[in-house]
Amino acid sequence: MDKLEAKNVNVFYGLNKVINDVSISIKPNSVTAFIGPSGCGKSTFLRLFNRMNDYIDIFKMEGKVEIDGKNIYDKAIRVEELRKKVGMVFQKPNPFPKTIYENIVYGLRIQGIKDKNILDETVEKSLKQAALWEEVKDKLKNSALALSGGQQQRLCIARTLAVEPTVILMDEPASALDPISSAKVEELIYELKNNYTIVIVTHNMQQAARVSDTTAFFYMGELIEHDSTKIIFTNPKNERTQNYVTGRFG
Amino acid sequence: MNNAVKNRIKDNAFKYFGIACTSFGLLMLAIFIGNILIEGLARIDWDFITNFPSRNPDKAGILPALVGTLWIMGLTAIIAIPLGVSAGIYLEEYGRKNRLAKILEINISNLAGVPSIIYGLLGLEIFGRIMGMGGSLLAGASTLSLLILPVIIVSTREALKAVPKSIKEASFAMGASKWQTIWHQLLPASFGGVITGIILALSRAIGETAPLIVIGALAYVPFVPASPTDEFSVLPIQIFNWISRPQKGFAINAASAIIILLLVTFVLNGIAMYLRNRWQRKVRW
Ligand SMILES: Nc1ncnc2c1ncn2[C@@H]1O[C@H](COP(=O)(O)OP(=O)(O)OP(=O)(O)O)[C@@H](O)[C@H]1O
Ligand SMILES: [Mg+2]
Repeated sequence: MDKLEAKNVNVFYGLNKVINDVSISIKPNSVTAFIGPSGCGKSTFLRLFNRMNDYIDIFKMEGKVEIDGKNIYDKAIRVEELRKKVGMVFQKPNPFPKTIYENIVYGLRIQGIKDKNILDETVEKSLKQAALWEEVKDKLKNSALALSGGQQQRLCIARTLAVEPTVILMDEPASALDPISSAKVEELIYELKNNYTIVIVTHNMQQAARVSDTTAFFYMGELIEHDSTKIIFTNPKNERTQNYVTGRFG
Repeated sequence: MNNAVKNRIKDNAFKYFGIACTSFGLLMLAIFIGNILIEGLARIDWDFITNFPSRNPDKAGILPALVGTLWIMGLTAIIAIPLGVSAGIYLEEYGRKNRLAKILEINISNLAGVPSIIYGLLGLEIFGRIMGMGGSLLAGASTLSLLILPVIIVSTREALKAVPKSIKEASFAMGASKWQTIWHQLLPASFGGVITGIILALSRAIGETAPLIVIGALAYVPFVPASPTDEFSVLPIQIFNWISRPQKGFAINAASAIIILLLVTFVLNGIAMYLRNRWQRKVRW
């Protein structure tokens, strides 16, 4: 069964239609890249899957978005529960102004988990998963804001992993980072895909080609083409896709 | 003369004008404080603090007024802080951003500018008469709470607004509810701003005289108020009372009481500054 599925989705901001009849299915334990020119609706579409658009007053949606076959816009769905299953990493690293430790356990604390053993274990496990443990294990009680940008972003990934989601949404997670930190995050994505379904928005074609299994090309609110990354980058069916991935416009 | 030179002259002219204005204000303040200190400092001793008012200026003290001021501060804080902070949180985080909210917002800002004597009349009617509190500490503190509520509400909202949106988003994305986000992220991150607003509001309340006179605070209180239902005086009223007496001795007493009042205000402001700096160092974006 498909992990994520959108069926005939339209999104409006006020009167402005920014997603036009998009349907897509995404397989479990895969990495999908969303690419397309700025303003084409990648972030908007990504944020449908954890309902982060709900906070925008003028946001309106039509169609169906399903995770594990369940419509997540159903009235019976609690968004808090949904977001424990669907984590998100943002473009700009946004650690909480708290210690490294408290950043990681935040998701557990708000679920009411107090057992120190569980918290300690989760901190170590998540930081190791995010390839950050060796760098910070001696300063878990220091402020997360003292970390470098790249470290902060891996901390944000670790924080997301701590609540054991099954889906991770990433909106240009490496675009604010230097090349080395960026490479580290890519490596991480590559390793995480064995256990998670990952959707990543990126403007970096090489990055999309390196980390993703399938790639979806968006243009002016429409999904032009979604296929295996190899095909999208070497032999796309649509001419606009071809032009975009070869850098002829965008 | 070319343009650059002209601009530089204008620039300098404004700089010196600014310096002159600032020094004028500082100079006046210095003269005032110096004057008060010269007149009143010598009179301050332990007896002055612990004595009751008296017809004899040399024996008169500020005990009931000082205790009254502390009572009023404490009660006002207990009433106004939870109300003001909660209202600020509600308006900023829960209130819908529609026209009604806009009107409400403008009105709250306007309330901060209403002359305090109007609050006194309101307090006299509602707390003193209708609710039967008379001229008690509780009536006074309730009135002052009304007076400073707008300040606390506005500063709470400003402090919450200053927290970056990315923090809120991160918290929601982790599965936190609205209240959890407010409690675990927004309030700790804006604590410095909120507490500063509270203390500045309280130090405004401490100097208020008019509304308390209107609700019936006494100028002569021969006892130390012991419960919120007792009648009371406060330092500004005591000072006003002494200044209006003809004898020189009372003028000196007034100066001394002003020093004490200033001291209390400075301590409050000092605490506000300390807390703000401490918190700002901890929370940096
Ligand atoms: N909060 C909002 N209110 C109104 N319009 C919005 C809002 N957010 C985005 N839009 C509009 O929706 C469209 C899609 O925006 P979106 O951010 O999803 O694009 P994007 O593909 O992620 O762009 P980028 O690559 O620059 O991040 C744009 O036209 C944008 O102006
Ligand atoms: Mg975007």
